[in-house]
Amino acid sequence: MKIDNKIKDAKINYLLRQGDNALILSQQLSQLCGKGPALEEDMALTNVALDLLGQTRMWYAYAAELEGLGRSEDDLAFLRDARQMRCCLLVEQPNGNYADTMMRQFFFDTWHYFFLKALVSSSDPRVAEIAEKSLKEVTYHLRRSGDLVVRLGDGSVESHAKAQAAADALWMYSGEMFIYDAVDTAMVELGVAPVADSLRADFLEHVAEIFAEATLNMPAADAWMQRGGKKGVHSERLGFILAEMQFLQRAYPGAQW
Amino acid sequence: MRPQPDANAASAQVWDWLGQVSDPEIPVISIVDLGIVRAVEWQGDQCVVTITPTYSGCPAMQVIAESVSEALLGHGVQSVRLVNQLSPAWTTDWMSEAGKAALKGYGIAPPAQQVIDISGLHAGVKRSVLRPALTVDCPNCGSNHTELTSQFGSTPCKALYKCLDCREPFDYFKCH
Repeated sequence: MKIDNKIKDAKINYLLRQGDNALILSQQLSQLCGKGPALEEDMALTNVALDLLGQTRMWYAYAAELEGLGRSEDDLAFLRDARQMRCCLLVEQPNGNYADTMMRQFFFDTWHYFFLKALVSSSDPRVAEIAEKSLKEVTYHLRRSGDLVVRLGDGSVESHAKAQAAADALWMYSGEMFIYDAVDTAMVELGVAPVADSLRADFLEHVAEIFAEATLNMPAADAWMQRGGKKGVHSERLGFILAEMQFLQRAYPGAQW
Repeated sequence: MRPQPDANAASAQVWDWLGQVSDPEIPVISIVDLGIVRAVEWQGDQCVVTITPTYSGCPAMQVIAESVSEALLGHGVQSVRLVNQLSPAWTTDWMSEAGKAALKGYGIAPPAQQVIDISGLHAGVKRSVLRPALTVDCPNCGSNHTELTSQFGSTPCKALYKCLDCREPFDYFKCH
């Protein structure tokens, strides 16, 4: 019984990590609504944000159901503080310039794509169907962010320099998803989650392929990778993101549509 | 006690009714032609309708769910229950020929590929594989001399194209 509870907690934690990743990146992209560098880009950013928000809801709904405490998807999004959020550090990095925004997206999409693709064969049927649904959307996300990295990298002198600077600055946040802790490992043992090694190999291969086409230098694969987000240790930036996202519930607790 | 309606006959009737419920974003196509309605079933006096979302974040889903209940209650069904089903994930392959024709008449190019098997999109993620060669006909002049402007359009289900002959921009209902 005690072991069952431990596994249940790990699974809830794992589901929240996926939901938090999608939510925080969605929130960051939403902040660019009306500020995209071109109309098409503006629409693409918000479309991706919308897909990620939909995915957040599926993860949260399942987490809340397993938890059984009567918390809603909204409760999970709006009533948790930074320390309780389990998103990876990559998604809380600032939007910066457009190369920063797209490089963050490209690293995230590449991981997300291979992760979901593996998750389709999860031993948990509910996880598998969320992955199946999300994967179709994320395939489009990855096509776009890869395309833009090529256009920026193999573009003008200035866009190339900005793309390379973005890659160099964000690289240290691209490894956390592959560094497994006790929660991840418990999920792998249950067959719920995929192992990290093959995911990382696919990630590195795809990034290398796109970077070659983009004429960008790929940072070292064995570079030091920042970590902490999964267990709730974030940069101060997440606090500002939450302050805006959760403003209404903080100012008017319990407000509803 | 009221006699039970013949379940099969009654279901066919419900499908007909649902065929008159339009998609809120693209009113020329019904939710049945779009492939959103997956099953209709009677459980006693209750009509259970299974629907599947097109995109996970599609804001139209809530409106669609309300329209389904409203339509059936309006036709005298006593009790309606909606089941949201994620798997198998919705695909544009489920769109009917009538639906595709209606889209085209409305100025939206219908999906140009069959996508039941999407493994081709994923194999190895070589860029050439990730971007399948695709010919999209202009819904205005019929030319296949068209070009992608953006993978993402005014709703999650559409991409932006332009026709290189008649020069008109148009929406393309993308394969999914």
